[in-house]
Amino acid sequence: MSSPADLTLAEASAGLRGGKLSARELLEATFDRASLTEAELHAYLTIDHENARAAAAAADEAQANGLWVGPLHGIPVAIKDNMVTAALQTTAGSQILAGYVPPYDATAVTALKSAGAIIVGKTNLDEFAMGSSTENSGYGPSANPWDTTRVPGGSSGGSAAAVAAGSAMIALGSDTGGSIRQPASLCGVVGMKPTYGLVSRYGLIAFASSLDQIGPISRTVEDAAATLEVIAGHDPLDATSYRGEYPRYRSLLGEGVSGLRVGVVAELSGAGIHPEVLSAFRSAVDSLAEGGAIVSEVSLPSMEYALSAYYLIAPAECSANLARFDGVRYGLRVDGATVEEMTARTRAAGFGPEVTRRILLGTYALSAGYYDAFYGQAQKVRTLVIQDFTRAYEGVDVLVSPTSPITAFELGSRTEDPLSMYLVDVCTIPSNLAGTPGISVPVGIDGAGLPIGFQIMAPALGEEVLFRVAAEVERASAWNNRRPPMVEADHGV
Amino acid sequence: MGRRVCMESVRGAPTIGGMAIDIDIAYVARLARIDLSDEELERIGRQLGGILEHAALVQQLPTEGVEPTSHPLPMVNAFRPDRVVPPLERDTALTQAPQAEDGYFRVPPTLEAE
Amino acid sequence: MEYEAVIGIETHVELATASKMFCGCPAQFGADPNTNVCPVCLGLPGALPVPNEQAIEWIVAIGLALDCEIAHRSQFHRKNYFYADQPKNYQISQFDVPVCSGGRLDIEVAGVVSRVRINRVHMEEDTGKMIHVGGGGRIKDADHSLLDFNRSGVPLVEIVTEPDLSSPQQARAFAQELQTIVLALGVSDAKLEEGSMRFDGNVSIRPKGTQEMGTKVEVKNMNSFRSLERALAYEIERQTAALEAGEQVLQETRHWDEGAGVTGGMRSKEESSDYRYFPEPDLVPIEINDTRREAIRNALPELPAARRLRWAALGIDPASIAVLVAGGSDLAGVFDGAVAAGADPKTVANWLTGEVTAFLRRELVDLGATPLTGGYLFELERLYAAGDLSSTAAKQVLVGVLAGEGSPAEVAEERDLIQISDTGALATEIDRVLAEHPAAYQRLKEGDPKVVGFLVGQVMKVTAGKADPKVVSTMLRQKAED
Ligand SMILES: [Zn+2]
Repeated sequence: MSSPADLTLAEASAGLRGGKLSARELLEATFDRASLTEAELHAYLTIDHENARAAAAAADEAQANGLWVGPLHGIPVAIKDNMVTAALQTTAGSQILAGYVPPYDATAVTALKSAGAIIVGKTNLDEFAMGSSTENSGYGPSANPWDTTRVPGGSSGGSAAAVAAGSAMIALGSDTGGSIRQPASLCGVVGMKPTYGLVSRYGLIAFASSLDQIGPISRTVEDAAATLEVIAGHDPLDATSYRGEYPRYRSLLGEGVSGLRVGVVAELSGAGIHPEVLSAFRSAVDSLAEGGAIVSEVSLPSMEYALSAYYLIAPAECSANLARFDGVRYGLRVDGATVEEMTARTRAAGFGPEVTRRILLGTYALSAGYYDAFYGQAQKVRTLVIQDFTRAYEGVDVLVSPTSPITAFELGSRTEDPLSMYLVDVCTIPSNLAGTPGISVPVGIDGAGLPIGFQIMAPALGEEVLFRVAAEVERASAWNNRRPPMVEADHGV
Repeated sequence: MGRRVCMESVRGAPTIGGMAIDIDIAYVARLARIDLSDEELERIGRQLGGILEHAALVQQLPTEGVEPTSHPLPMVNAFRPDRVVPPLERDTALTQAPQAEDGYFRVPPTLEAE
Repeated sequence: MEYEAVIGIETHVELATASKMFCGCPAQFGADPNTNVCPVCLGLPGALPVPNEQAIEWIVAIGLALDCEIAHRSQFHRKNYFYADQPKNYQISQFDVPVCSGGRLDIEVAGVVSRVRINRVHMEEDTGKMIHVGGGGRIKDADHSLLDFNRSGVPLVEIVTEPDLSSPQQARAFAQELQTIVLALGVSDAKLEEGSMRFDGNVSIRPKGTQEMGTKVEVKNMNSFRSLERALAYEIERQTAALEAGEQVLQETRHWDEGAGVTGGMRSKEESSDYRYFPEPDLVPIEINDTRREAIRNALPELPAARRLRWAALGIDPASIAVLVAGGSDLAGVFDGAVAAGADPKTVANWLTGEVTAFLRRELVDLGATPLTGGYLFELERLYAAGDLSSTAAKQVLVGVLAGEGSPAEVAEERDLIQISDTGALATEIDRVLAEHPAAYQRLKEGDPKVVGFLVGQVMKVTAGKADPKVVSTMLRQKAED
């Protein structure tokens, strides 16, 4: 007998609607799975048993009265802990927000609740989403369900690990330089970063405002598309929110890829990519060609500069975004004789090493005399990256690359060298600079039994074609909702 | 004044316009209002040197006539109407304050006038 | 050596929008501390700003009133500095592309008109308020500080002049003229004492006739036009004395101490000038196309300069015009309304600059909050012109109208102030008075002009002041001839 915790959203919804499954049963199975895995994974910072149980009971009661709340009715969802939740502790993985209880829900969280979702809890992350391994969390790292001596990726590592382990059916992540796609890749799940502006950032604790975007992490492409349909939409509280049409993102699933033009990004699929990753990537590209796609190699010369531009733009924005953590109105305070001293001590004590590094890097890049050489120049490189993408999309419908150059690495193996950690994001960063959508789909397992992810990128607002190709990659890979060994017994395989 | 980490001695001298990158890390930490020890400043200064060396790659790309991008999407004029929305209850506003007094947030005295 | 002063003025104007610049909190003044706050203006994690469209229209109106260029495309920047009253520790402001730039404003001092160039007008947000507790309220001796974020995020327009002013008198004239413009536009309360309009001066001095600029000192904390003038005069004197003593003027910010009548140096913020401006990523650019700009221009109310010309043509004296112009759009509206209805301009102007202005000052209310309209003023002027009200009674009625007692006719009736100018009714009273004072009657008949005044007084007495003295006087003279 397999656990309801391992169902997909589509399966669970069918069960709930048909009365074969209750929201309460589904939630308890999710809690059971968390009990089984959390000691090793530490995917969650907070599990909200009480409110989740109340919400599940309400969902069951509503259904008993013939009311189906919405497309996520009764579905257990986890939220990355950098999205604020009313009356539920939100820390952004930082000690500077230890015990902080926000007075409001992020717009994306409100959207989930209105669609009937049950909020299971808040997942671990690199402090303020700065990192690629979840090791920068102020509350200890999370582990990878496929090998608990390894990282789950980051910064949405807790969300990816929870979905992979079944302690959440779906999770929200945020992606500033790959923070949804890279952990999804390392944990063998689907992770999708929408077009900038599609999902409101209101209530997302900002890291780099012009790059941040909330997106779904799920076990199937269809679940990701269904979740995006819930959380995408114009929000008057976010001035950068997209004001046009929001289509149904599942509309082209199952259409196949016949006749679609697929461009392999030359700069992201050669040197620097681990051979096993490259080989799985090539097989997936071949399967697309077999499915009728027209595959070509495309060169985007600015890609090699994208990482450099990113590591100036993101820290510059973060240096301002994190200035509000000053010990005055909320969060940690370390006393001082003056308010200036209090703030300086609070920030020294509250921020971890990576966050401190990035704040200082960004402060430097913006400071008098260096702005033009660093921040200003990075913004121009950003323009060139966008131009490269625009040119490429004149000839192809989607671009593809590996999601991460490597599979999950050992905990502690890269923490000493910040630059080596940054290089992990080389394939995902360009989409953030361009504000365009990207998705990671699991396509294989390396020799060590670790998942390999395949990245698909599309032009701005190209979500429909993105999901269409992703669904074909998923179908052709025969990944078939493969589960990590640690939950196989419970999964009933 | 300040602790200057000259990058000439670190990781092959990153440059801007042919000049070695010179980080007054203590000044930067004061701007960012983070109270760090000398050892921490020294260590972070070196790490930033390494990162900046890589980041300085952006200077190699010819960008003459290229407009800077501060926003990924070409949007303009996102406004809200001048309508009042009920504010937070004061207790809610103050509930997370490390120190509050008589409806105010309380802080130690300030050194600086604005 | 003789020195000359070079002065530039930075003006901050809080806009009178209903809600704040980037959130829906009420922007009103005087609420209990921290009751007009929300996640956005408290800088809570995750909150985002969305600009108030009314504020953008109003800054364009201010720019147009000052003959500025309106940028087709402008942008917000973050200005980064730590200060406890600033919730995000950056201020959303503007940097290299303000909404308005390159304008001018003509001012007049002692009959000499000079032109002050406007460098820029940009949009930003106000900070919260910090109260220093203990140590007599002085910053450096305080025991601790308290923060109120009600003002945090109130829309603030900054107007920066070129250093075109050369005397404290000019600076004051500029400040006053700017206030009248802002009031005419109706975009701000522009109250110096409440801080909704604030002036900072940049002062330097140089040997007369030279072109090179001296060291600039910023002077803050002037809460009235008078203190602006005094502070600048003090600062010019201080700098002159320093140079004459062979000392240097330090580039610094100094606070005006109204009580002591001096400016004092403030502890300088070491890194205060490194603001690390960069484009605000939470906000998209503002585009104002020609159509929109012209629509705002066409909707501009009449500006003070135009009003002065028009009112001077009605024969109003310059002193009254100054008071009327200073009263802003409400006062102008009432005046113009009354005149348009047919009232005598001078009479109405006298009332507005006299009784009405005194009433508003005494009761601390705005004209807009009283029932007085141009229509009422016209009605009052008609009653006065018809002789139904004496000059004194008309002023009493005006106060009654302002106090909300009703229309002029109702107030006059209610307060029993209508003059008896009906000759039939008056004849009876006059006959009675003459009967009671036969000696005086005799002298009247003998043509003694001095007795008329006495008899008028007696008639006024028996009619409890309601008789029209002019009519009574005329009737008495006729009696003498009978
Ligand atoms: Zn607010």
